[in-house]
Amino acid sequence: MARLLARFAEDMFWLARNMERAENLARILDVNETFSRDARGSQNWLSIVHLHADNERFFAKYQAATANNVIHFYLLDPENPSSIYSCLKASRDNARTLRPLISTELWTQLNMFYSWIRTLTPADVNRADLARVCNKIKEGCQSHTGILEGTLYRDEGWYFYQLGKLIERADQGTRMLDIKYHMLLPATTEVGSPLDVSQWNALLRSAAGYHAYRRVQPRGMSPTSVAGFLIFNNAFPRSLAVCIASIDEIVVRLRQRYGLRAGNRTLEILDGMRGTLANRSIEMVLGGGLHEFLDWVQVQLIAVTDDFGRSFFGHAPSPEQAQVA
Amino acid sequence: MSGVLSRYDQGPFFCEIMGRSGTPAAEHTAAIRERLAQLDLDALQRRSEDAERELYNLGITFTVYSDKDAIDRILPFDVIPRILSREDWAHLEAGVIQRVTTINLFLADVYGPQHALKDGIVPAELVLGNSNFQEAMIGVKVAHGAYANICGIDVVRDDAGKFMVLEDNARTPSGVSYVLENRNMMLRAFPDLTTDISIRPVDNYGPKLQEAMVEIAPTEVADPQVVLLSPGTYNSAYFEHIFLAREMGVPLVEGRDLVVENDRVYMKTTGGLERVHTIYRRLNDDFLDPEVFRPDSTLGVPGLMRALRAGNVAIANSVGTGVADDKAVYAYMPRLIKYYLQQEPILDNVQTFICREQEALSYTLDNLDKLVVKPVAESGGYGITVGPKASKEELEVCRANLLKDPSNYISQPTIQLSVCPTLVEGEVEPRHVDLRPFAITGKSTWVLPGGLTRVALRRGSLVVNSSQGGGSKDTWVLG
Repeated sequence: MARLLARFAEDMFWLARNMERAENLARILDVNETFSRDARGSQNWLSIVHLHADNERFFAKYQAATANNVIHFYLLDPENPSSIYSCLKASRDNARTLRPLISTELWTQLNMFYSWIRTLTPADVNRADLARVCNKIKEGCQSHTGILEGTLYRDEGWYFYQLGKLIERADQGTRMLDIKYHMLLPATTEVGSPLDVSQWNALLRSAAGYHAYRRVQPRGMSPTSVAGFLIFNNAFPRSLAVCIASIDEIVVRLRQRYGLRAGNRTLEILDGMRGTLANRSIEMVLGGGLHEFLDWVQVQLIAVTDDFGRSFFGHAPSPEQAQVA
Repeated sequence: MSGVLSRYDQGPFFCEIMGRSGTPAAEHTAAIRERLAQLDLDALQRRSEDAERELYNLGITFTVYSDKDAIDRILPFDVIPRILSREDWAHLEAGVIQRVTTINLFLADVYGPQHALKDGIVPAELVLGNSNFQEAMIGVKVAHGAYANICGIDVVRDDAGKFMVLEDNARTPSGVSYVLENRNMMLRAFPDLTTDISIRPVDNYGPKLQEAMVEIAPTEVADPQVVLLSPGTYNSAYFEHIFLAREMGVPLVEGRDLVVENDRVYMKTTGGLERVHTIYRRLNDDFLDPEVFRPDSTLGVPGLMRALRAGNVAIANSVGTGVADDKAVYAYMPRLIKYYLQQEPILDNVQTFICREQEALSYTLDNLDKLVVKPVAESGGYGITVGPKASKEELEVCRANLLKDPSNYISQPTIQLSVCPTLVEGEVEPRHVDLRPFAITGKSTWVLPGGLTRVALRRGSLVVNSSQGGGSKDTWVLG
């Protein structure tokens, strides 16, 4: 059995990342519309632009971060490379390349999903219909995940898909926490007020973690415990701790099962991250500065992705890799 | 007769289901005609729409270069099959094998001792001056003398039902994926039509192809690594590349995935470089190796020809096979069959006038309105002038082109192509068809039973190319 082409490994990785991004974005738009209202009942749509560090690109095109502008920019705008439309288009392009490897069902669903989003007009995603459209997107992404789970052959490609999904999840999760934490951190007088609670509630829902959190913390909701949950919980599938542990496990298995010799740098980085997570509490993290901590996490994730590129995807191979297998 | 064929009128043409015009309906299609009689037009239309939607959703598509908004378009699929009797198929199969055998003998000769040129069977300058003749192949050894491992021989039928070869495709013939997908579609959409009729299966094409690719690999390798080389996702036949790689169970690679070191070919994998032994390439000669062919091309692999010449890799189809499917060389094929095999051709050519010859040119110019004029270097139906259908202006353009560069053209009488009942806009009407059987050659030659039936969907049109508005049909060879 031939080893996986480096190019296909990379496409698998990006297929997962793009789908994960699309789903995440749909959840954020939906939650923002439904749950994140301030005292006067209006939402802050600008936070979504901040979240994706899109200020420059967004304001080059739009005057103000109104609901309609932000929704259009992130849902349908083909010129925004991180819109849901662009993510699905990129996913379909990845899948098109990967068609020799993936199941017909997986391809067909993505093909139809993309065909559907292509037909949407701005009128279809006005605020009254936003929740419905976002739900349909989430459902589409989750169908994808389910079909993948049920039909994708468990070879190297599957592992690279998992890596892409987990890296993206860790990236999106920490970014969201970073932005929201600062946006939502209320004046001390408001801590514990209904408004404050509903904001944290929104953050948890964006990460699909509201009900899981409730099981861990049946009473109350504090910035500290929400942040702690999203970073440290070792059972919530989108927490940083779970993502990092899973990435580590998958890289190890990939190396064992397929005799891949590269990826040492990744394992070192992951060791460092796991050690840091194991030795710190949320209070220590907040004490040292949440933003600084999350920034460090982002830098580590980028380093891991770069190492994947060099180790497995054939980006500027090291002399060790150039040896004939 | 009731059902979908009740108002069908085949006209003066040979019909692939009814048989010859003016005679009782063909015996071998009786069972199928009976079943078609039980279907009504609405039901047929509905199932046809379902089938096309499925093709689109499955992404069984091709790309039209001239239409940048239509990256993916399906080849329109007609739900009424074309049926070949067991006898007709036996005749066709033998004819195709004879033809492919000759093509390979001719290629071995052209890149070897050149007997046929020295003996004056084919004008030497027609071969050696041909843009598809690759000097780099002279003296290169090819396993089993199999140069054209995958051949598509286009055949048509005249009003008497006689098969004739219209064109040989010995470079990278497309369309076999539709043959297999059309059959899948047919079996799903029309279980009632296909049950209990013995149709020869087509789904062993992939294994047969893989087998041939193993047979041609460098001989010292026990378990050769086969790959399919594609120009990439934007190629018009990308779906077919995916399909074939999947059917063979081999990696689909692009040029950038391959590298040549010490005259050996490797692919870049997650674990480093891995040796490749046979390449089924779907890339034209020009793009294969920038060291030898187009230096500006990035689609190929630098050094590939060195590896081929060193005998470290097999390439299918081999390089330079285009010289055998050239429309001008085609005219000499019956003579080449006699020369190499000492046999009469089983399948005749369509009569062909080679405009580089003065007499043929004069005849062509005098009979432009009756002839089909084809440029010898084009494929896909581009540049063809169909005399009887052309306007005065079109004929004048054609005349000017002929006079400017006569050796670029051949002409042929228009054949009254056979027709097949076809569902068009809610009615079943006769539409012209051709047939492309596919032959695979490793140690020996095997022909896929049936082939791609292309159908001209426009009324009266004789042009069946997918790029010119043609569709396709499932082709049944009765067992």
